[in-house]
Formats: sequence, C-alpha cells, structure tokens
Amino acid sequence: MWGFRLIMRNATRHKLRTFLTILGLAIATLAFIVIRTLISSYYASAEVIPPDRLITRNSVSIIFDLPLAYKEKIERVDGVLDVGYGNWFGGLYNNDPRNFFPNYAVGPDKYLDIYSEYLLPPDQKEQYLREKNAAVAGQSVVNRFGWKVGDPIRLTGQIFPGDWDFVLRGIYKGSEPGVDETSFIFHWEYLDERIREMFPEIAGRVGWYVVKIADPSQAPVISATIDEFFKNSPAETLTETEKSFSLGFLAQMDTLILGLRIMSYMIIGVILLVLVNTMAMSARERMTEYAVLKTLGFRPFHLIGLILGESLLIAFSGGVMGLLLTFPALDAISRMLQGFFSGFVIQDLTIILAAGFVSLVGLLASVFPVYRAVKLTIVEGLRSVG
Amino acid sequence: MMVPLKYSLRSLLARRMTMGLTVFGVVLVVFVFAAVLMLANGLKEALVASGSDENAIVIRESSNTEIQSFITHYQAGVIQTIPEIALDPSGNPMVVGEQVVLINKNRKGTNTPANIMVRGIGPMSLSVHMGINITAGRMLEFGKTEIIVGNRIRDRFEGCELGNIITFGMTDWTIVGVFEADGSSFESEIWGDANQSMPAFGRPVFSSMTFHMKDPALFAQIRDNLKADPRMTVEVKREKQYYDEQSRTTATFISVLGVVISIVFSLGAIIGAMITMYSAVANRTIEIATMRALGFKRRSILLAFLLESISISIIGGALGLLAASLLQAVNISTINWDTFSDLTFRFNLSPQIIVTVMIFSVSMGLLGGFLPAVRASRIKIVEALRSE
Repeated sequence: MWGFRLIMRNATRHKLRTFLTILGLAIATLAFIVIRTLISSYYASAEVIPPDRLITRNSVSIIFDLPLAYKEKIERVDGVLDVGYGNWFGGLYNNDPRNFFPNYAVGPDKYLDIYSEYLLPPDQKEQYLREKNAAVAGQSVVNRFGWKVGDPIRLTGQIFPGDWDFVLRGIYKGSEPGVDETSFIFHWEYLDERIREMFPEIAGRVGWYVVKIADPSQAPVISATIDEFFKNSPAETLTETEKSFSLGFLAQMDTLILGLRIMSYMIIGVILLVLVNTMAMSARERMTEYAVLKTLGFRPFHLIGLILGESLLIAFSGGVMGLLLTFPALDAISRMLQGFFSGFVIQDLTIILAAGFVSLVGLLASVFPVYRAVKLTIVEGLRSVG
Repeated sequence: MMVPLKYSLRSLLARRMTMGLTVFGVVLVVFVFAAVLMLANGLKEALVASGSDENAIVIRESSNTEIQSFITHYQAGVIQTIPEIALDPSGNPMVVGEQVVLINKNRKGTNTPANIMVRGIGPMSLSVHMGINITAGRMLEFGKTEIIVGNRIRDRFEGCELGNIITFGMTDWTIVGVFEADGSSFESEIWGDANQSMPAFGRPVFSSMTFHMKDPALFAQIRDNLKADPRMTVEVKREKQYYDEQSRTTATFISVLGVVISIVFSLGAIIGAMITMYSAVANRTIEIATMRALGFKRRSILLAFLLESISISIIGGALGLLAASLLQAVNISTINWDTFSDLTFRFNLSPQIIVTVMIFSVSMGLLGGFLPAVRASRIKIVEALRSE
C-alpha cells in the first residue's frame, strides 16, 4: 500500500500540471467517444431495419419513378406478404432549408403495418387513416418544432411546387433505439391528386415499393423474380433488401466518415504527446529521488511501479472524467442535430476502445521515464539538479 | 526595455524533447484544421469552377438543382429567342438546353453503387461551358448513342474506360472520349446527346437552359423579363451563383463539423503548451528574478514568455500547414447532398486558409502561454533569488 500512497503524493505534487493533463485526457476521451458515437448512430438507422423488407426502385436511379401498376404484379410474386409504396416529397417547413427533415408520401393504408417498428397509438392511426390531408411525424421531429397532434403544418414543395397543407394526426416512436424518428409521412393519394391537376403526365407514379416478405432467407430469390418480371420494360427495377439499400445510401458519405475516424485516432495522438510530456518532466525533476530510492535498496521494478502507476492513474482519471462528460455533451449535440439523428447510443465497443487507448497512452507515456529511471546510476542521480 | 527576442527563441532550444512534443501536438491539430478547411474549399472550388459569370442558367421555379427541374420545349423555344444572348462567330445564339439525370454505377473495387450525373448536351454546350478538353478519344457525334465521360468518372467507376459500352435507359452507349474541365464538377459527369437521352429516359424535357450573355451587366434585365413572362415559371440565376449554391449543404456540413472538432482538438494542444510553459517558468524562477533585478519590467517578462509560447505555435502552425499542403495531391470523392450525385475534388489550399490557420495557431499559443507568462511576470525578486 505504501506504493499507492506514494503514487498519489507524486501525482498531486504539481497540482496544476496534473489537473491540466487530466483535463486534456478527458477532452480527448470525450472527443473520441463522441466522434465514434456520431458515426455509429449514422449507421444505426440501417442496423435496425428488419431483414424481411425489400425495396424495389427504378434500376436507373432513385430519381426515376415506377408506375403504380407494378404493385399488383409484385403482390403476385411467391413469398410476398404486403406491398407498400412511397414518393419522396422534399418539402420544406416554413420554406427554410435549415428546417430539413425527410418527408414523403406513402400508401396504401397498410403501409403503417409494414413499418411495424413505428409505434403509433391506435386512435391516432385511425384518425390519420380517416383524413385525406393527415400526416404522421416521428417524435424527434415533433420535439424539434414543438408540434402537437392536431397542428396544421405547411410544407413548401421543391419537387412539387406550391404550398401543401397538412394536419398532424399522429406521432410515432421507434420500437427500439436507432429507429428513425425524424420522418414526416402523409397519404400518397393526397399528393397524387394534386399532381394529377398540375402535371397529369407524371401522375400515378411512385418512387419506390417496399415489399414485405414471409421468409428473409428468400430475399435474393424474390428480388431476382421481381426484377426479372420487369426486364425490358420502360421502367426496369432493382430490388434489394431495405437494409442494403440503406447501407448503400449511407456509403456515399464513406470517405468523409473515414476522415472522421482518422481524426478520432489523431486526438489520441495529440493527448499522448501531452501525457508523455508531463511524465517526462516529472521524471526529470525526480532523478535525485530515484537515486535515493535506489540507494535505500528499492529494486527497478519498484521504480517501474511508481512511474507506471502514476501515469496510469492520471490517464484513468482523465478517461473517467471524459466518459462522464460524454453524456451531457451528446445530449447537447442531439439537440443541435435534431433533423439528422434520432438519438445516440454509445456502443460497448466504443467504451472498450476508449478504455484501451487510455491504458495504452498511460503505458506509453511511462516508457521514457521508466527507461531513464532504471538506467540511472546512483552517483549520477544524486549529482543531478532537478 | 524589451527582453531580446533571442532570449525567447534560445529558451525554446534549452529543453528539446519537451518543446518538440509540444510543437508536434500543435502540428497535429493544425494539420486537422487545415485539412478540413481545404476540403470544404476544394468542394466549393470544383463547383464554382463549373460556372461562369458571363453565363446565366434557367431552371424551373422552386427547384434548387437541375435534377429537380424541367423546362418544356415550348419554354426552351422562348428562352432561345432572348435578344441579350451572345452570338458565336458563325452568328448562332450561344444557348443550350441540357437534360440532367442520375444513374447508378458501382464504384471501382466495391459493390456499392453511387449516383452519377448524366448530362444530355447540345452542339452549343462546348461553347457555352468553357474549358472542356477531350484528353482521349474524340468528341461524341450528335445523333448517335455515344457518350464522353469526365476523367474523374473514368478513374472512379467500373467499366468507364474509353471504348467501353455502358447500358442505361434501355440503350447501349459507347464511350468515345474522355474529357477534362479544369477540375470542375463537370469532370464527375457523363455527357451524351440530349436528343438521345430524352427518349431513352422517357423524359421529353430539358432540365435547364444555359446561355452566354452579350454583357453580364444585362443579367438583371434578362431575369426580370423572364420572371415577368406568364408563360414561364422559372428561376434565372448567374451560372456561378447557381453552382456556388450547389456546394452549400455539403461544404457547410464539412466546415461546421470540422471546425467544431478542431476546436476540441485545439484544447489538447493549448493544454500541452500550458503545461510546457508552466514548467519552463518554474525551472527558470531564478533566471527570471535575475532579469527583474537587472531592471527588466514585469511587462517585458510577460512579453518574453508570451513570445516563447507564440513561437511554439508559429513553428507548429507552419509545419502543420506544410504537412497539410501535401494533401493537395489527394483526390477525395463523396456525395454532394445538393445534387445527390458523386463528386470528386481535391484538397485546395488558398491564401485565406493559410491566414486563418496561422491565426488559429497563434491563438493557441497565446491562450496556452498567457497564464504561465502572468505567473512569470509576478515572481517576487527577493524570494526567488533566496530559494535554493
């Protein structure tokens, strides 16, 4: 136990220096966890998608639509339980691009049953289905704008020009963390009716089909069957699981994500330098003491224990402080980025990695001082002036 | 009386390892900060280079990009007859209707598709968009299902070499040429004949009309005339402004995220500088007291230590910038959220970034060195000289 007390005393000898070092480590740990959590939350929305849903879209690209008539044909494919469809609407709330949130028109009525991870109170659902211009929005987007059920909401169309008025009839929550709660959905018929008046040539079209299947293991076969069916038609299709569709979509940002990942490791490097510096300074000042300890008969491993112990103590204090700061920080960030993330879940792997890096930094920072202390001869050490 | 600058600089060399570590910390932070700014700037540059101040672009009202826009043939006909459009040497008006659509293609070495912009062009496109150079093969022939691809497309996507055949819109297209466009976003596009792409995609409309103005000063007049025309529901923009807006979402995203991260990182470097400078002050107590005894004012001591810390940050900043400037050789590709398509661009260092980064760096030195310098200036002469 003498060792631990000495380590504590050593660590608190330069209170300001130790405090600053711990603060630095806390900031680095915080940054590391926050960056990794942002990245994992970015992918989380795809992780929670059930495997029994396929997306059928125009094979050329997502900006091309498909005829509504495809629905019945897809329904007839073996293993298909239900077919829903959607159209990206791209409307802006208060006509301000900063208010971005995903909004799309969906149909038919059982669309909400296909998306069983969207939890909607039954009375709200009933009300939504009854009204033509009703809409349902996720909890996160509702909180962001302070909406209540029954509020009128006006979106300004960017793809379909004009002002579009809706009444919020339902607020859904995700059945588990990670489920998207930022969407705003409304009846496809409402959209199509107005399109029919404005641009009759593009009425009766849908952006994508969502296909619920009985057996997820049949997904490749069913996908191929659907695509084969529409081959050589003016609108060929591309069908894949909704999960891989989402992942493919998210992958378009992967270079930036990679950059973020690299940054999260660089902050560890920056902080390693700070701790190495602190430990080297302390060691330099204590050469005389190490020589005294050696004279008294302490073995090299005692010295190693002292130095490594101090280094790890500082590192862990910083790590724990950083972890504690993470929660309020993520809270603040999720309030800032409401349109994009539904909420943050810190992965176990992130915590493990952070703990690993903190230990590694503590270990590496002690290497140089340990080397000097062990190599030190008593005479040399007693002669040195701190 | 000033403490000579030499004193501050020499002091840096007294403890090489500590100084080296501190400088290196600053280098890392500055590198990250500079890289982020260069990235956002590169994206902006690539798009802005696509537009010209002398051109104007017409898209459908309330659409922000060509992708969402459509201009009917009737409307195109009206636009073609605007009298303020410049004429080319053979007397034809320099105006072109273009169709822009997105197609999917797999990126090289992956199974993940990305969106590519396909631009159906007209014979006047090469005169209106300046700086297009065919670097391999030849220009496409109008009336045929031929395409030319930007060099970024050839490098990044599978099966986009000269002579390859790509199938989209139920049509086989032969790649007959590869072009460059001064690093602009056109290099991330595929160009074909608009008259071929319209039937292929089943879209008998243009996405935009672009024209060269007789005089850029006429822009306001052209815009007002078009907006006042009841047959037109269109948006008229200077081409440069249009493309600048195309970079807004992604560039803002990159810079906001990057600046926030850099500030957090800089706290690490500031703390590093602070620790180093506090220990420098502690080690030199007697030295400082001696200088005070010699008649140097508190102010001069404060300044000397601040200069020492700022020197660390200037050296670190310069080295970090140097390292970041090497990134200019690196191309990066990502989705541009405004156009929804893949875009390749380069890290781009500008004089403004150099200034910003150096200010950032010096601020780190100032913040890290201030408190230690204050402590140095407050050392009591007698007590300090008596110690040890």
